[in-house]
Amino acid sequence: MADWLAQNGLLLGLAALDGLSNAAAIFMVAVGLNLVFGVLRVLNVAHGSLYAIGGYTAASLGLLLAASGLPEWFSLPLLLVAALLVGAVLGPPIEKLLLRPTRRYEPVLQLLITFALFMILEDLQKLVWGVQPVVNDAPLRLLGTVDVPFGADVIPFTTYQLFVLPGVALVTLIALAWFLRRTLSGRMIVAVTADAEAARAMGIDAGRVMLLTFTAGAALAALGGALASPTVSLVPGVGAQTIVLSFAVVATAGLGQIEGAAIAALLIGLGRAFAVYFEPELEVVIPYLIMVVVLLVRPQGLFGVVETRRI
Amino acid sequence: MRRHADLILALLGALAVLALAWAVPWLRFVLTIALAKGLAVLGILLLLRAGQVSFGHALFVAFAAYVVAFLAPLVPEVLLLLPLAALGSALLGLLIGLFVVRYREIFFGMLNLALSMVFYSVLEKFYAVTHGTDGIRLAPTTFAGMSLEGAAQGWSALLLALALSLGFGALVRLYLASPMGQALAGIKTREARLEFMGVSARRVLLSAYVLSACMAGCGGALIAMTTRHVTPALAYWTASGELVFIAILGGAGSVLGPFLGALAYELTRVYAAALVADAWQMILGAVLLLVILFAPGGLWGMGRTLLARRRSA
Repeated sequence: MADWLAQNGLLLGLAALDGLSNAAAIFMVAVGLNLVFGVLRVLNVAHGSLYAIGGYTAASLGLLLAASGLPEWFSLPLLLVAALLVGAVLGPPIEKLLLRPTRRYEPVLQLLITFALFMILEDLQKLVWGVQPVVNDAPLRLLGTVDVPFGADVIPFTTYQLFVLPGVALVTLIALAWFLRRTLSGRMIVAVTADAEAARAMGIDAGRVMLLTFTAGAALAALGGALASPTVSLVPGVGAQTIVLSFAVVATAGLGQIEGAAIAALLIGLGRAFAVYFEPELEVVIPYLIMVVVLLVRPQGLFGVVETRRI
Repeated sequence: MRRHADLILALLGALAVLALAWAVPWLRFVLTIALAKGLAVLGILLLLRAGQVSFGHALFVAFAAYVVAFLAPLVPEVLLLLPLAALGSALLGLLIGLFVVRYREIFFGMLNLALSMVFYSVLEKFYAVTHGTDGIRLAPTTFAGMSLEGAAQGWSALLLALALSLGFGALVRLYLASPMGQALAGIKTREARLEFMGVSARRVLLSAYVLSACMAGCGGALIAMTTRHVTPALAYWTASGELVFIAILGGAGSVLGPFLGALAYELTRVYAAALVADAWQMILGAVLLLVILFAPGGLWGMGRTLLARRRSA
């Protein structure tokens, strides 16, 4: 064991750091998915496409910026701009045109509607950005690297992945928790989540809350994609991978859990990173395995609350 | 009266398939695959009756296909291979079913998806056993002791597919009319009431799940025998999505819907996919949206509305 640690210690540290930045991006997507599910009661399969489109938009805007000759540090706030743009352009029409008219449909059919939307967005994204990988790592290069002390050694790691990604995720987590519990709008969202009917009776405009929540969720997914875009090369299929991954996070954490989603994202992000470094064959399977094991033991997820049964 | 109408329609459909395969020989392959997928979709229909949608049923299709590929060198007889593969899928369905029937709606759908993707990864990564994405070529097989070649082999597969489709179609009809099948619909409306009557919802769903896995297995075995080559792509989640798509396209109201949907889907794909390869998925998505929004009964429901209108006119 001690020998193994001495040999693989550095790799272990690198995997931990990679896992952290990985988890941050997944968390952004999963928390949006969770929020939307809580309020609209729809598992939005197209959520992963919003992540992909956010990433592509951010990369394209970044490349445009580089071509225009404006200062390079603009590329950092540009990530946020891209996310807000995607959320504002795609969120409201999807909610208003597809989800609102079908609110009274069976849950299965609503699920399939978002599945159809996912199929459409996947091809649309291929038509716009092509099938070649799109890369813009300007934000990554801009901030350079830091040497992370690890035992006797140091691991050089990019500042962006070490501070910006987890930092934004942490700020999102705290801001969201504060917003939902301490502000009027936030409490309205919680009220609609708990019981849309009762919330309506209290005079809450549930339709508006749903529209706002869906748009916010879309923007969060796009932000996750935009933030991850400098660290990965974007290829078709990334949307599908993301939705499955973020669903695994939500199911592991339990529906409606915000802090739980952060912990589950960390668990799955780290699990995947360790798999990449030590058992690459398992990389794809690890998130599913974690989810299946957790659900076997706790069907409602790690932090989920058992719902009372309706008669 | 309705019972006879369905039977007559099914037989007419079978005759139409045979006539088409005879008139256009290269369509024989397409029709066999369509019927095989129809069998798997019939399983999706069963679960839809309970209000559950599985995004992972390609797992059972692929499992049976690989069982056929692995066993073909040892047992070359198609009439033995097929039941073995179906039995294998049913047993796997029982094993997985015991776990997934505890969950509903998205959890049910996504757990199925997760398990099918685990299987996909296993098929893809364990190259030494499964030959990874290269897949496995099927060893030569015999049909009732005869080693058939070319056209004769194609015909035998098509006839087998037709027989299985008719048989399982009738079985599912009976099943849905039985108390077990009625209870299945009860899971969708209000499960707690079912339990109050002393019916175990889990057991009801489990029996439907095992039957659906078995039918998906039959479909998978037929696909393996027709394409003569199995790859992990059979288990990929898009293959599962395709099954759900066909179920909605064909209509969940009748056991004929899945086969109607599968035939329409495969025939369209043959002609359209080459023309619009880049936008194929987008078109599927748009059609799915249109069917859900404007024709919830699918192709089958549309056909019936038209018939009813003509009769009343």
